[in-house]
Amino acid sequence: MKIVVCIKQVPDTAGGVQFNPDGTLNRAAMLAIMNPDDKAGLEAALRLKDQYGAEVTVLTMGLPKADDILREAMAMGADKAILVTDRVLGGADTWATSSTIAAALKNLEYDLVITGRQAIDGDTAQVGPQIAEHLQLPVISYAADIKLEGDSVIVKRQYEDRHHMLKVKLPCLITALSELNEPRYMTPGGIFDAYNEKEVTVWGRPDLKELDDANMGLAGSPTKIAKASDKVRKGAGEKIAPDTPDEGVSYIIGKLTEKHVI
Amino acid sequence: MDFSLDKKHELARTLFREFAENEAKPLAQETDETEVFPRQTVEKMAKAGFLGIPVPKEYGGQGCDPLTYVMCVEELSKVCGTTGVIVSAHTSLCIDPIMTYGTEEQKQKYVPKLASGEWLGAFALTEPGAGTDAQGAQTRAVKDGDSWILNGSKCFITNGKEANVYIVIAVTQVDVDPKGRKKKKFSAFIVEKGTPGFSFGTKEKKMGIRGSSTYELIFEDCKIPGDALLGPEGKGFPIAMHTLDGGRIGIAAQALGIAEGALDRCIEYTKERKQFGRSIAAQQNTQFKIADMATRIEAAQLLVYKAAKAKETQKVYSVEAAKAKLFAAETAMAVTTEVVQLFGGYGYIREYDVERMMRDAKITEIYEGTSEVQRMVISGALLK
Repeated sequence: MKIVVCIKQVPDTAGGVQFNPDGTLNRAAMLAIMNPDDKAGLEAALRLKDQYGAEVTVLTMGLPKADDILREAMAMGADKAILVTDRVLGGADTWATSSTIAAALKNLEYDLVITGRQAIDGDTAQVGPQIAEHLQLPVISYAADIKLEGDSVIVKRQYEDRHHMLKVKLPCLITALSELNEPRYMTPGGIFDAYNEKEVTVWGRPDLKELDDANMGLAGSPTKIAKASDKVRKGAGEKIAPDTPDEGVSYIIGKLTEKHVI
Repeated sequence: MDFSLDKKHELARTLFREFAENEAKPLAQETDETEVFPRQTVEKMAKAGFLGIPVPKEYGGQGCDPLTYVMCVEELSKVCGTTGVIVSAHTSLCIDPIMTYGTEEQKQKYVPKLASGEWLGAFALTEPGAGTDAQGAQTRAVKDGDSWILNGSKCFITNGKEANVYIVIAVTQVDVDPKGRKKKKFSAFIVEKGTPGFSFGTKEKKMGIRGSSTYELIFEDCKIPGDALLGPEGKGFPIAMHTLDGGRIGIAAQALGIAEGALDRCIEYTKERKQFGRSIAAQQNTQFKIADMATRIEAAQLLVYKAAKAKETQKVYSVEAAKAKLFAAETAMAVTTEVVQLFGGYGYIREYDVERMMRDAKITEIYEGTSEVQRMVISGALLK
């Protein structure tokens, strides 16, 4: 079984967020980590590898320094790593990113593609499902549990108040929640192997034969950023337990009136 | 000369720091308070490969260098001195002598289990009457056919009751010179827990590193097989001294970590704590002390990393190890004492972990060779 896990290097929000004048993130100036949902996706792939045997490839698009998270993924147990990097791919929105990653995936053999649900920088949750669309794959988002059964996967899809159990034939694409699992630690020996023995394959624009120039980089991105800001911390909010729905509605109407919302 | 760390060592530091913060730090105060060995953390370290870092892969280890191991002990000790010394004693004092002096059979039998963390290791040299004067040890091993019979006791043994394998140094021969003076010859043995005649005595109640299992070991007609002899018969003392050279680098890393952890806490606290209308970090007295501590800690780190590099590249590294341990241990004591002072009354309260760090620091000036012994080693090399 061949699994490709798409991962992204994101700013470590604990270290502060910085923007370029055009509103895009100044990634070079920030401390960077592997996106938490993607790490959970990688852990899910590694558990499938431990349980059933699989070859796990990690794939990322980003700056050359995204090499760091690919090495980290290999230190956790991924077998191969591919970095898609090229100046012409920079400034991509979700459409251009998913088009580029889908083109990279067309160079690979896979039974299962796993992405994180969303990245902590953009928070769109669009790239995973878009990749599936480009590749004509079934997509199961918000995976909280993944099991393999013959040529299918059985996935628990988590919603806020319920979950669905889905059985889907491979190949397919799954987007993972960070709640899916607790990712394993790298091992010291894994780190040494990732740097001393393993290679990161680097692909530039010329390696992406299936990618249309119109769908890549800043120019191929239909999204225009009007304004970007760091996360604003919300308060804990207020929880009430009304006895009847009417009582709850009255309370909410009262609060909205009090705040001059209505 | 390049003082920067390469990417793999930087990533290893990230790993050790994450593990220390997530797994060891939350238990550090409780471990100190209850004096209970942190078995759960040890199991997690085993799973993460921390118990066989410098061991070659063919023996089940991680295949890393001594510097990586030293960084692991340093990062663990930043948050919990107990956790740091468990790794240090296991790796430097038990696995290392088996790897250095063991036969292929001994390595195959013990190292994979130790490096995977399935077994924990310990080292037994000190006796009630033989501390710095290790030659005064009385524990004897007498040949009995193909076996050896051990009699005597060892004290202050780190990982004491928790270990599965012990390197035990015992007298195997006493020569008398023409003037009638007795000269002991020692040998080293690998002794497994559960061997009949091997039992545990007192559990020591300590000032610091209180979660570390420090026990007396008792040998009463303890019969061990002939192939338990580690290295040549009669060479136990040089084996022990060479083992301690490596151990001292581990303890130097522990001391370094304790000092770094205390400084980290100090910086956080002095920025928050207000007196006379401003943070105490805004007072020049605090600023100068923090500058001095940071400078001293970096000097200690350079000595410790240099000693780790010497262990990798040189056969003999006694002086490098002694300098690193001497300076790092005295730095740990000086820094933690200063940090407690800057915390004022809160520094003296158990709830604030700098109090624990100060108690943990003291042992680094004592065990695996006191600071006085380190000075003897350093000056001995210069004045010979």
